[in-house]
Amino acid sequence: MDSLLQAAKITKSFGGFRVLSNCSMRVDPGSITGVIGPNGAGKSTLFSTLAGFIQPDEGEISYRGESIRGLHPYQIAQKGMVKTFQIPREFGALTVLDNMVVSYPHQKGEALPNIWFGWKGVCSQEKQIRKKAETLLEFLKLSDLKDEPARNISGGQKKLLELGRALMLEPYLLMLDEPFAGVNPKLALDLMDMIRELRRLGKTFCIIEHNMGVIMTLADIIYVLSEGEVLISGPPELVQKDKRVLDAYLGMGII
Amino acid sequence: MASYFVAMASIAFIYCLLALGLNLQWGHTGLINFGHVASFAIGAYTSAILSLQGIPVVFSLLAGTLLAGLAAYPIGVITIRLKEDYLAIVTLGFSEIIRLICLNEMWLTRGPMGLPNVPNLFSSWGPKTNEWLNMIVFLMVTVCVLLLLQRLIRSPFGRGLRAIQEDEYAAAALGKNVVAFKMKSLIIGAAIAGIAGGLYAHYMSYIVPEMFLPVVTFYVWVAVILGGSGSNLGAILGSMILFVFLEGTRFLGDFGFIVDKTRFASLRFVIVGLGLILLVLYRPQGLMGKEK
Repeated sequence: MDSLLQAAKITKSFGGFRVLSNCSMRVDPGSITGVIGPNGAGKSTLFSTLAGFIQPDEGEISYRGESIRGLHPYQIAQKGMVKTFQIPREFGALTVLDNMVVSYPHQKGEALPNIWFGWKGVCSQEKQIRKKAETLLEFLKLSDLKDEPARNISGGQKKLLELGRALMLEPYLLMLDEPFAGVNPKLALDLMDMIRELRRLGKTFCIIEHNMGVIMTLADIIYVLSEGEVLISGPPELVQKDKRVLDAYLGMGII
Repeated sequence: MASYFVAMASIAFIYCLLALGLNLQWGHTGLINFGHVASFAIGAYTSAILSLQGIPVVFSLLAGTLLAGLAAYPIGVITIRLKEDYLAIVTLGFSEIIRLICLNEMWLTRGPMGLPNVPNLFSSWGPKTNEWLNMIVFLMVTVCVLLLLQRLIRSPFGRGLRAIQEDEYAAAALGKNVVAFKMKSLIIGAAIAGIAGGLYAHYMSYIVPEMFLPVVTFYVWVAVILGGSGSNLGAILGSMILFVFLEGTRFLGDFGFIVDKTRFASLRFVIVGLGLILLVLYRPQGLMGKEK
């Protein structure tokens, strides 16, 4: 099977400090791929590099069979590979619904001529986008909050909103950076169900997560990063038993 | 008195247009443009020079508008990817460069002697200027620009601008071409200042480089902040208040304030500054801006 995303030998240094070194990974379509590792292992940097926010010093990134190295983040997002943030970056002044609606790609009303000469088309598309956003909010159980300015909702709800916004782009691949951080246990269970349901609908996930319980049950394959290198990769049951992984986590029990 | 009112109202509408342009760039997009007067000057000089060459005023105005917009493009290319403070200083420099070009390129602008006899809007109808008609045209242009802008900011494009202003990093991650959004905002704002410049040139019938000092930019900033960044009606209200204040204080002498004229001119700056400080302290969102 061809991989959806493939990163080969990604290396990145910041002022002589090597954050990523020879990182290679692949994400297969329809999979849930987990990325774990101690703090400072380079997980978020790896994600930012894959999503185009950081240019790698070396290495190649291909997505759906074409190289995406050097593309702008927005171009990568438009291709259907969407990243969420570790710390939610909601558009605080916009309502929850508007956060969703604004994320829809290539809106007619974003092209200036349509605004004055094709308003009807803009409005009818707007209705469809709104409907789609409302359906998704329902799925995420955020419907009650749709008219609330996004800055007012809770941290956990913001995490869901991040996911929702990403889904507005109809992505093939969702890159979630610690989606469960700060989410209460009940909501975390809901979120796990949502991710599974979305995967059943054909979405592919790549997830950074510190909550071992969650990621070990959710992921099909896990990459363990440590000091910028891929320590080991494989199915959760294999990774859990690996001595190097335990060492990397300083011997702390990981389950 | 009536003709004085008409004259003042006409200039006030020019300021409204400038404020609407800046409000799009700053209030709706977060671009710190300290060189707004450059677009104003480009619009004024382009329209004046072309109409002096016999080109009908309608076309010269259009050319001034387009050129002011186009001139913003290279500035955007250089600076939009950078942080706001760079944009601020580069645009300020740009506006001085434009003014100095106007001051030194004698063959084009007659430099410090200025361009006299710029035909007025209705010059083709005869030599006599109809002040009222002029003012009504200015009013109509302002209203048209306002309506076009209201549509713009209510559109998905405007919503995109708000999202970018909130968090451009997140907007980029969601597939928004942040640079293109900002560039469009910069260019449209500059073009609006270009219209204002053209109208101003034809109204004054005489333009010199010293009309385009950076202080004009900062007056417009005061108007936008006063009215409430991000509110188009606020931009208009702010311009009106600022203008009434700047002009109105001329008459204070008539009411028994015994301060000589030059001193009072300086005092006005002090009062504008003080007013701005009070505003920022007690109503930072401006008169019509939304509370943050």
